[in-house]
Amino acid sequence: MKNGILLISFLALGTAGACADEIRVLNWQGYGTDLKWSVEAFEEATGHTVVHEYFNSEQEMLTKLRTNPGAYDVVMINAIFNGQAVDEDLIAAIDTSKLENYAGIPQTFAADPKLVHDGSVYGVPWTWGLTSFAYNTQSYDKAPTSIEALWDSERKGRIAIRDDAVEAVQFGALASGQDINDIQDLDAVREKLAALMPLLRTFWSSENDWNQFMAAGELDIATFWSGSASRSAAQGLPVEFVVPEEGAIGWLDSLTIPSSSEHKEAAAQFIDWMIDPEFYVKWNAEGAPASANAEAAAALPEDAFNRKVLGDPAVAARIQFQDPISDEDRARYLELWQGLKAAQ
Amino acid sequence: MAEALLPTERRRLVSLLSPAYLWLLVAVFLPLSAMLFFSFLTGLPQDDPDWGVTLANYGKFFQNPTYPALLWKSLKLGLWVTGFCILIGYPCALVLAKSIKGRAREALFLMVILPFWSNSLVRIFSWAIVLRGNGVLERTLNFLLPFDVRLNLMFTREAVVIGLVHSYLPYVILTSYLALQAIDDDLIDAARSMGASKLTILRRLLLPLSLPGLLAGAVLVFVPVVGSFMEPRILGGRLGTYYGTVIEDQFVAVYNWPLGAALSFILLAVVLLILALTSPVLKRART
Repeated sequence: MKNGILLISFLALGTAGACADEIRVLNWQGYGTDLKWSVEAFEEATGHTVVHEYFNSEQEMLTKLRTNPGAYDVVMINAIFNGQAVDEDLIAAIDTSKLENYAGIPQTFAADPKLVHDGSVYGVPWTWGLTSFAYNTQSYDKAPTSIEALWDSERKGRIAIRDDAVEAVQFGALASGQDINDIQDLDAVREKLAALMPLLRTFWSSENDWNQFMAAGELDIATFWSGSASRSAAQGLPVEFVVPEEGAIGWLDSLTIPSSSEHKEAAAQFIDWMIDPEFYVKWNAEGAPASANAEAAAALPEDAFNRKVLGDPAVAARIQFQDPISDEDRARYLELWQGLKAAQ
Repeated sequence: MAEALLPTERRRLVSLLSPAYLWLLVAVFLPLSAMLFFSFLTGLPQDDPDWGVTLANYGKFFQNPTYPALLWKSLKLGLWVTGFCILIGYPCALVLAKSIKGRAREALFLMVILPFWSNSLVRIFSWAIVLRGNGVLERTLNFLLPFDVRLNLMFTREAVVIGLVHSYLPYVILTSYLALQAIDDDLIDAARSMGASKLTILRRLLLPLSLPGLLAGAVLVFVPVVGSFMEPRILGGRLGTYYGTVIEDQFVAVYNWPLGAALSFILLAVVLLILALTSPVLKRART
């Protein structure tokens, strides 16, 4: 009997040892993959250890992939950069049949042309969310429903946006009734943003920054991300996220496996863990973006923002998902934005 | 002088000086020349396999009116901050060097240097806490004064100037103090015995004799303030876009190192030009 137990434990150790890999994850800091409880549970369940490394911008992430082949096994890539990573041969096709939870991802995401190239899946849709704005519920009697709420001159000095050229220009496009992926009238955008600048209190730069301004009562309304807004609300700030009539900017984040990874199987296991509804429900309780897995969204409590608001078909119809932006457009947006800032 | 050196002395000189020059080479010259090299590239070699050499990065400065306008804005900021540093710092140094003696001087000196021991980012964030609406400053004033005070200093140009003056004031005080302390007290007594008023002593004696120290302090303040980016960003809010913040954006947010490097070298060139133009004044002050 005693020998039997020993034998079993030896066997267990042996198998765990045989396939125990160290997987290296590259992501934004504090963005889902590095939640302590989840990493610990994953390590216990699979025997793989997880090590994290972080990037501060998408360009930095791409450079890290280019310059450190073999250093990463799972990389979080925003869908609009996925195509570029595939073109440069940085990421590999993923065998989705090995991912148990992949079936829960609806076709709209699973077949997204930004992630599927030549019939192969290069990125597993993980989370999505909106860039729009949130307001302080204590300073408004009625919830604003239009993006024009940001241009409310009566709230001069109590409005903020993020210091980001692409985001600012896309807001200007929404407010001037244009398609964010096909901006025809850049002058209208410039005019709209020029009118916004004098109303601004400041630019916010990070989620923490945003929360502090709101907590200090310095802002009434500010652009924000849906996932961050639910996190702020979960921390007790009186804020509510708005998806205005004019629409909102949608983004999709995907998990990918670099072509140079030496632990592709363990990496796939980790990705499967990340799109598991069970993981997502726990993450959402702490404030998470929307899950790309429909089953995960359905598993949320009914009043959860990510189910109630973002699951609403009327809201979904207003979302304009970001397409990749060409370098020329990016440079044009940057020039416009810097010109506006310098004129202040 | 060099010819008069014996071979052994020369060897000793070389061996004694080489660590310093090696350090200068590794710490200053190599990084700077790497940046100079980057500033002429179309893209970073590790990102762009078909990179090439170009002057376009420098051309952008002249094509886009935003950059010269921002440089001018930063130069004005540098002048304002340097001016305030001199206005506040020189009298402080004068009092420290000539009026206060003994332990009180040591204590005051410590208070001047104390801010230097803390991280500059911490100092700027402390200013943010003091200046913000309903912050420490406003609350104190409202407590002391019977009427309601609304300063609203945070996220204004004034806030940037206040933060920068506080950060760089010790340079002016220290350099002026050293120059003022070197002036013999007997000279002042002599002037006084000849009937010179306090103002005359300051204007004709102290100011000319301590001018090299004052100017050295002014240069030490002006140069970093023109390129400052952290203080304007934190304290300036939407008005906090300066030449330095645009350079920082190129490196951190936009990831266009060649353009960032080119803009930096234009700044360096302009600052050197200004120093060269003012050097006759500096030289006259020294003699």
